[in-house]
Amino acid sequence: MINEDRSTWKATRDGYGKGLVSLGRENERIVVLSADLTESTRASWFRDEFPERFFSFGVAEQDMMSTAAGFALSGKIPFCCSFGVFASGRAWEQVRISAAYMNININIGGSHGGITVGPDGATHQALEEIALMRLLPHMSVVVPCDLIEAERATIASAGIKGPVYLRLGREKLPLITDGYEGFEIGKAHIIREGNDLTIIACGIMVYHAIKASDSLKAEGIGAGVINLHTVKPIDKAAILKAAIKSGAIVTAEEHLIACGMGSAVSEVLIQEVPVPVEMVGVKDRFGESGSPWDLIEKLNLMPEDIVIAAKRVLKRKRTT
Amino acid sequence: MKKPDIGKLKEQAKQLRRDILTMLSEAGSGHTGSSLSCVELIFSLYSYKLRYNAKDPYWEERDRFILSKGHGCPTLYAVLAHFGFFLKDKLKTLRQIGTLLQGHPQLGLPGIEASTGSLGQGLSVANGMALSARLDKKDTRVYCLLGDGEINEGQVWEAAMTAAHYSLDNLCAIIDYNKLQIDGFLCDVKDMFELTKKWEAFGWNVIEIDGHDFTQIMDSLDRAEKVKDKPTIIIAHTIKGKGVSFIENKAEWHGIAPKPDELKCALRELD
Repeated sequence: MINEDRSTWKATRDGYGKGLVSLGRENERIVVLSADLTESTRASWFRDEFPERFFSFGVAEQDMMSTAAGFALSGKIPFCCSFGVFASGRAWEQVRISAAYMNININIGGSHGGITVGPDGATHQALEEIALMRLLPHMSVVVPCDLIEAERATIASAGIKGPVYLRLGREKLPLITDGYEGFEIGKAHIIREGNDLTIIACGIMVYHAIKASDSLKAEGIGAGVINLHTVKPIDKAAILKAAIKSGAIVTAEEHLIACGMGSAVSEVLIQEVPVPVEMVGVKDRFGESGSPWDLIEKLNLMPEDIVIAAKRVLKRKRTT
Repeated sequence: MKKPDIGKLKEQAKQLRRDILTMLSEAGSGHTGSSLSCVELIFSLYSYKLRYNAKDPYWEERDRFILSKGHGCPTLYAVLAHFGFFLKDKLKTLRQIGTLLQGHPQLGLPGIEASTGSLGQGLSVANGMALSARLDKKDTRVYCLLGDGEINEGQVWEAAMTAAHYSLDNLCAIIDYNKLQIDGFLCDVKDMFELTKKWEAFGWNVIEIDGHDFTQIMDSLDRAEKVKDKPTIIIAHTIKGKGVSFIENKAEWHGIAPKPDELKCALRELD
């Protein structure tokens, strides 16, 4: 059951901050690099406890990413902290060469992902990171759905040989994975199975997927929910199993539909089990200022939007 | 360390130039002018200054060299082969399919510390290594060779600020200042004006030398090592295509390899 009491909700960036601190305590090789967004990314929690292993770069994301390579090549495990737009976009080519091409253990915490950044508007709302990062060979891309998962993902990413991009958010979310112990990068979290369709979601949209599944259930429709926290390497087996069992897929992400998580899922399905797919996400547009949940509604990322997509996909399923 | 005999270095540099031209010609492509301008600089580092073990290239106590101007890698490959990091025979595989001697340096080839070639990134990588060495309380020194066209890249100046901010006196950058880039003379493509003043203003110790003079290069490397609390940059005045009359100072030779007849002429000049 999801706790709807918002006072219990926590942001995934806080999970990242907690993860960094636990890592720092256990492993002297952890270093944290920050590009002037130290409080916002929660890198400050690590800095306050391990000031000698914290490095400040000012507003210079490109320099930060390549410097991380120097650390990684010297046996350290760097975590680079900035907002998603800058970490994945501004420094994309540095990430391409310094992290992905060299295939070294550089971890990138891109906070303020998605439209729920809110009032700062389009310049600061990252809607492209999944696309930009999953495109790169060797890169893992993780989109945690709550604080607990974000903390686990952060800790797990330190143990991955190659680079990892963690997409984190500013908005507080319910603790969906409370009590779930099976987190592993690359292994989808099956929240519930369904015979009629399966909703595959990541990040904040896992919450909405569960709510959509609940309302579909009230109408007699069995909608499974998969929390696809790792967009890359993608859990093919889980996706194919759901497609075979339920015969229809809806994807839901707080990201552009183009080249995002839904596209990654479709790449798997189209080649192996081509069931009908409907995608919920941001449609070829930038964000804008507004309160986070108003924007979610305006951009059609609500549980109701998933329900509409579910009904569309069921119609297509019946006619194919 | 005792300074090697200059006469011998000069002879060996000639041989390196022959190796570089031959491998570029066999590859049929590559950066001839940019490789020939940094022969003395890279060769001095490996002959005199860097601590390394060619038989154990990942020896923990080694110094680091980052070739940020990755397109000059034929020179680095020739020097690494000369010092036994891999067999000289491998030079023939430059730019061939399946080779470790990629068109721009890639991790995996013994002696390569970082994959470079996308300009502007190497100094940041070097900073990371210098910071890491300091964290580990090691006396590792880190060297980074930059192209002069390369410093058009904004990231170089971000890295310059970082090195000064962290007082990285275990870092020494070198600019291969040959005054030419692909499109022509630096002053025409994008005038960098007074480099010494620029780097000083960014908080660096600056040494200006003739980048083909072994004595000046080795002395400047010694001086850099003695500077405390700030990084040093050696602005090395060089000649693009140095050593071959018809290649020298020609921007069009930036990114092409000698054809067989040109190779023959060039080797004759280096006899």
